[in-house]
Amino acid sequence: MKLGFSAAEEEFRAECADWLTAQMAGEFADIKGITTLTEKAERRKEWEQHLGEHGWGCIGWPKVWGGRDASLAQQVIFAEEYARAGIPGRVNHIGIELAGPTLLTLGTEEQKRRFLPDIAAGKTIFCQGFSEPNAGSDLASVRTKARLENGEWAVDGQKIWTSLAHISDWIFVVARSEEGSKGPKGLTFLMMELDQPGIDIRPIRQINGDAEFNETFFDGARCPEDSLIGAVGDGWRVAMTLLSFERGVSTLGQQMAFRNELDAIIEAAKANGTSTDPLIRQRIAKAEIGLRLMRYGALRMLSNTDHASVDGAALTYKIQWASWRRSLGELAMDVLGQAGEVTDHDGYEWPMLPNLFLYSRADTIYGGTNQIQRNLIAERGLGLPREPRGEA
Amino acid sequence: MDFVFTDEQRMIAETAQAFFTANATSERTRAAMAAEGIDHALWLAFCQELGLSGIGVPEAAGGAGLGLVELAIIAEAAGAQVAALPLLGSLALVAQAIAAGGSDEQRTAWLPALLAGETIAAHVTATDLAADGNRIFASSASVAHGSAAQLLLVSGAAGSWLVRADAPGVSVAAQTTMDQTRPYARVTITGAEGEPLADGGAGAQAATNAALIVLAAEGLGLAQAALDRTVAYSRDRVQFGRTIGSFQAYKHRLADMMVEIEQARSAVYWAACAVDEGAEDAQLAVHAAKSFAADTAFRCASDMIQLHGGIGFTWDHDAHLFFKRARALQTMMGNGDWHREQIAAMVLGETE
Repeated sequence: MKLGFSAAEEEFRAECADWLTAQMAGEFADIKGITTLTEKAERRKEWEQHLGEHGWGCIGWPKVWGGRDASLAQQVIFAEEYARAGIPGRVNHIGIELAGPTLLTLGTEEQKRRFLPDIAAGKTIFCQGFSEPNAGSDLASVRTKARLENGEWAVDGQKIWTSLAHISDWIFVVARSEEGSKGPKGLTFLMMELDQPGIDIRPIRQINGDAEFNETFFDGARCPEDSLIGAVGDGWRVAMTLLSFERGVSTLGQQMAFRNELDAIIEAAKANGTSTDPLIRQRIAKAEIGLRLMRYGALRMLSNTDHASVDGAALTYKIQWASWRRSLGELAMDVLGQAGEVTDHDGYEWPMLPNLFLYSRADTIYGGTNQIQRNLIAERGLGLPREPRGEA
Repeated sequence: MDFVFTDEQRMIAETAQAFFTANATSERTRAAMAAEGIDHALWLAFCQELGLSGIGVPEAAGGAGLGLVELAIIAEAAGAQVAALPLLGSLALVAQAIAAGGSDEQRTAWLPALLAGETIAAHVTATDLAADGNRIFASSASVAHGSAAQLLLVSGAAGSWLVRADAPGVSVAAQTTMDQTRPYARVTITGAEGEPLADGGAGAQAATNAALIVLAAEGLGLAQAALDRTVAYSRDRVQFGRTIGSFQAYKHRLADMMVEIEQARSAVYWAACAVDEGAEDAQLAVHAAKSFAADTAFRCASDMIQLHGGIGFTWDHDAHLFFKRARALQTMMGNGDWHREQIAAMVLGETE
């Protein structure tokens, strides 16, 4: 058990920090410090390509697919330095963290050649088509249909909460390919190009005024017969494999963004005098502890290569960070007082901390609500009986 | 960076768990509770047969080397059984203080007997400590395992002294204590002869870090055991024709325990590593680990009672051993609010 980094790793840290800060001071200064997922999306796609050109797109991937074969420690370092440099989140995070690793694990050689280099180069942006209006927590009840027609898949139905679909190039879709099938059976995992007449993307405005999510409608949308990952009817297993990548190294970068948020709260508390309130001080300390424990939980999870046993740190990670961040948003508002409830922007747009307060209500919902997480922890982590299922 | 146990650490964990599970049984612990709160035969077996008592004490000082990570592993295993042992006083506090702050003579004089379990030591933290040369005046009402100790380390603002418990001027009175596995004694020292620890500051620092990490690790082990035992109960107990572990309200409460425990685990081993590696944030880590793990222990032990229903409130069930130890862990060496206040001062930039 060792926490410190080696001299070579610290050297790598310096290399990352130098390059990243130089980019934010130069050509990409205009995107520095953006905290929403949607602002300046086009420029951020250019940033993705810039990262790819310089070999920083997906450093943990094999070299042959555009990565660097970076060690875990190097990936941790890069994620931390990336966020420390004030660089906004990756608009292609679905491609880098979910689609890519799924292709690496389950894709054919041809699919790997077709997609991986372009994802690493920032040229193919992916979004995720899982949830539907009637398939939220109960993902297996998807109704979107896929049928083979003249050597092509034809897809009809509706996906929802498709984050960043409006700026993406491709979407992966879990669709029901076997007529009359129910639950996790009879599903197929398809990759589809978004720019086609059969697909219509409509933004959904959220409580913070932003529109990061969309509804995506499929009306006879097409993709070639070989666009599937895995076999026909094997879509559930592919989707579950994909979701298992959700807790990767990027969580450490996310934590650096959280660090910036907590630091902003600490500065605000010092500036307006609430930092002398003993209750606020306790909450700041709890937030600090929670953030540190998140880091070490993630490092435990990433260091653990024994996949045979249940990894408690991994299983509890989502509810831990989501609940922490929701509390952080509430702390931010208690520190800011009424100043936090008004905005200087012309429209209904919010600075970092009030936006955190509003946005963090989604954190405990997307990617599995806190309630679903507790079911998973109890059933997979503690071996308790599964929730009874109703008739589908 | 590799935040998992090494093979050697995993082996220590397995050895310690097997030893405490087999030997620190409810029956033996309860026998110790009726006496002075120490299972002496178990302590001697731990020190002499298992050979793990020297862990965390440098080899140069007669110990087995290794560090606080390994000491935490042992404390976690002992905590899981709420073992009635002087691990905190003898090893974490006094042996650590002598190893780090004692002269060569003091190390030679005291460490072998402490590590062999032949001498039991307790730490007296006295706010009223006064010294007239080496004649000591001090008192404390809450000296853990004070009645069983042959050696006292008396610490206060003026420094640290080693005092024999049988020296003239030392009076020790056992107190009926809520946690009977680590009862407190009232110790009053009036002019007893003491021996100053060569480097009191270094000794106090090492002892404080080790003890806070041991308390946190005990809390972690205790919390995990409270969860494990409650899960086992929930699989057996049937109401309304279902095992109670199939009710969602029950499952969610157990899940919440696991979420806290996993964080406590990160906290304990982060702090132990940070101190061992001399990391910049080691003090923050120790405050975080103590407050978080002790609070987790209390939450899990109180949930253990609630989730067992009436049987959990009985003297015969072990839940109250967990509950009372957890409460003591919260109070000892600064409660959660105090440790969090230290962290607040650090992150608000009010400290140097």
